[in-house]
Amino acid sequence: MIGGEATAKVYALHVAVIALLVALNFVLPEYHHGVLARVLVLAVFAMGYNLLFGYVGLLSLGHAMFFAAGLYGAGLPLYHLGWGVPAAFAGGVSAGLVMSLVIGLLALRTSGVAFMIVTMMFAQVFYLTTLYFGEWTRGDEGLVLQQQARRITLGTATLDLTNPTTRYLLAVALFAAALFATLAIVRSRHGRVLVAIRENEERTRMLGYDTFANKLTAVVISGVICAAAGAAYALLFGYVGSTFASVQYSILPLLWALLGGAATTLGPLIGTLFMYYVIDITSGYTSAYMLVVGAVLILLVLYFRKGVLGTLRERWLRWLP
Amino acid sequence: MAFFPHLLLATLEGLVTSAVLALTALGLSLVFGVMRIVNVAHGEFFMLGAVLAWAITTTLTGHPAFGFAVALVVSPLIVGAIAWVSERLVLRRVEYNPEATIVATIGLLYIIQQLALTFYGPEARPVAPPFNYRIQLPWFGYSGYKLSIIAASALLLLATWFVLTRTRIGLVMRATQYDRETAQAFGIPVGRVYGAVFALGAMLAAIAAVLIVPIQQAHYLMGLDPLLLSFIVVIIGGLGSLRGTVIAALLIGVSDGIISVFFSPTLAKIIATLIVAMVLVFRPQGLFGTAAK
Repeated sequence: MIGGEATAKVYALHVAVIALLVALNFVLPEYHHGVLARVLVLAVFAMGYNLLFGYVGLLSLGHAMFFAAGLYGAGLPLYHLGWGVPAAFAGGVSAGLVMSLVIGLLALRTSGVAFMIVTMMFAQVFYLTTLYFGEWTRGDEGLVLQQQARRITLGTATLDLTNPTTRYLLAVALFAAALFATLAIVRSRHGRVLVAIRENEERTRMLGYDTFANKLTAVVISGVICAAAGAAYALLFGYVGSTFASVQYSILPLLWALLGGAATTLGPLIGTLFMYYVIDITSGYTSAYMLVVGAVLILLVLYFRKGVLGTLRERWLRWLP
Repeated sequence: MAFFPHLLLATLEGLVTSAVLALTALGLSLVFGVMRIVNVAHGEFFMLGAVLAWAITTTLTGHPAFGFAVALVVSPLIVGAIAWVSERLVLRRVEYNPEATIVATIGLLYIIQQLALTFYGPEARPVAPPFNYRIQLPWFGYSGYKLSIIAASALLLLATWFVLTRTRIGLVMRATQYDRETAQAFGIPVGRVYGAVFALGAMLAAIAAVLIVPIQQAHYLMGLDPLLLSFIVVIIGGLGSLRGTVIAALLIGVSDGIISVFFSPTLAKIIATLIVAMVLVFRPQGLFGTAAK
């Protein structure tokens, strides 16, 4: 069991990370400020993915559909129906909720490799659907959400989401919410059952746990977190395009989670941040960013299976969640 | 054109798709069956085959048939060598762990795609067919080359069937598939078999690509569709079942040909993918196969 001292350390660490991110708002130069806002939203996506991949051990290659469900669920009503920002965000999250529930009910009938292929196919169907309804989604070209639509009016005050500081702080807020939600889940009874399913599903079932219900809950929570990231991405950065539904965006969260450390709460942030800068820096020398992604994936699998935080936890910090 | 000729044309087009698909999917199925791993980079071996065919035919001068014949031999050999090297360097070292293999082959997919983009470029380029002979049917003329693809594919499938069931190589492969450890105990070099099977799987995809490239241009992103379609075929046909693979390829190819004549291609793909995902969900052993281990 995790002792009281370790619990205190865990919370102190997570609060310190959030405090650091808030403090960075005031010191970062403009370019990195913008990058970090984007990385935080994408890290939420990776955290949603990691919940399923890291803790339950379910390898999905279709999480782009949950991210894109949030993206379109928020972007389309805002663009076509003139919804406000909070309603659009709720729309994105609900789209993710419905989608992950349906996909979970279907895909969880399979396991292992079949689960990967099924999720990949459902995601491909979703991607093709966004292209098919090009009249409303404008396909690959995408929609640009206008600046005046991306505002929240609270009484007399207005929050302008295009303002860099507002955008950054909202990204931090979303990240903090997702981080503490993940932390709470993995430390709960439900979270322990999830890990038990990863280690030995048969035995967990023998112990009397309903593994299907637990896995379904995990898929839905994972899908909702990814959809929240997608909705936030649409609203904060004002772009909605079908690229985000393509198979590439199902692979990237896998890469981020693996790199930072699967089944660690802070790993996805480290993985996303690191990968974003690796691609950013190497693109100064070469346009071959896919080569970098490919090479990192293979090297990770060969030499660094546990990722940054996974390795740290194994060697020194046993208490890391 | 009346309804019947229209349908005939759609069926012929579908048969060409099926012929190429059967070869590609057979490669995936062999690797899946014998090694119990999913090769996500399979579509990139297909793409590499097509791109190399373009490179070879444009380098060689003379009659297009000569260049094409060379491409048909050399391109699969190069692709097979690349696959063999990546199997030895990467997959063997992750010990064919299913998840690690998926991640590693995704990495391979990105690397091959990027190399193709860098050295070949983003353009789609055609390859001249080895011969231009039109067969005149009562309603329309049809490319003789397309018909020869069907014949070539049928021959290759027969040859693969022969090797698998009637030769010592096939016996060794089937023994490895059936029980890896017992095969090893009986002195079968399982590691070398794995390397060879992985290379063979990639070569089948490359041959399929060389055959199709005169009617469908070579492009660095052309690998995703064959990959998904091969997954579909392997699933519907059942794992490691050659007969199932061929029947499923015919089913998918012909229905794809007919649906895309009457509906928009995107809608056809959406429907096909959705149906197959449902098959996988509700009948995971495929339509013809027995349950996978």
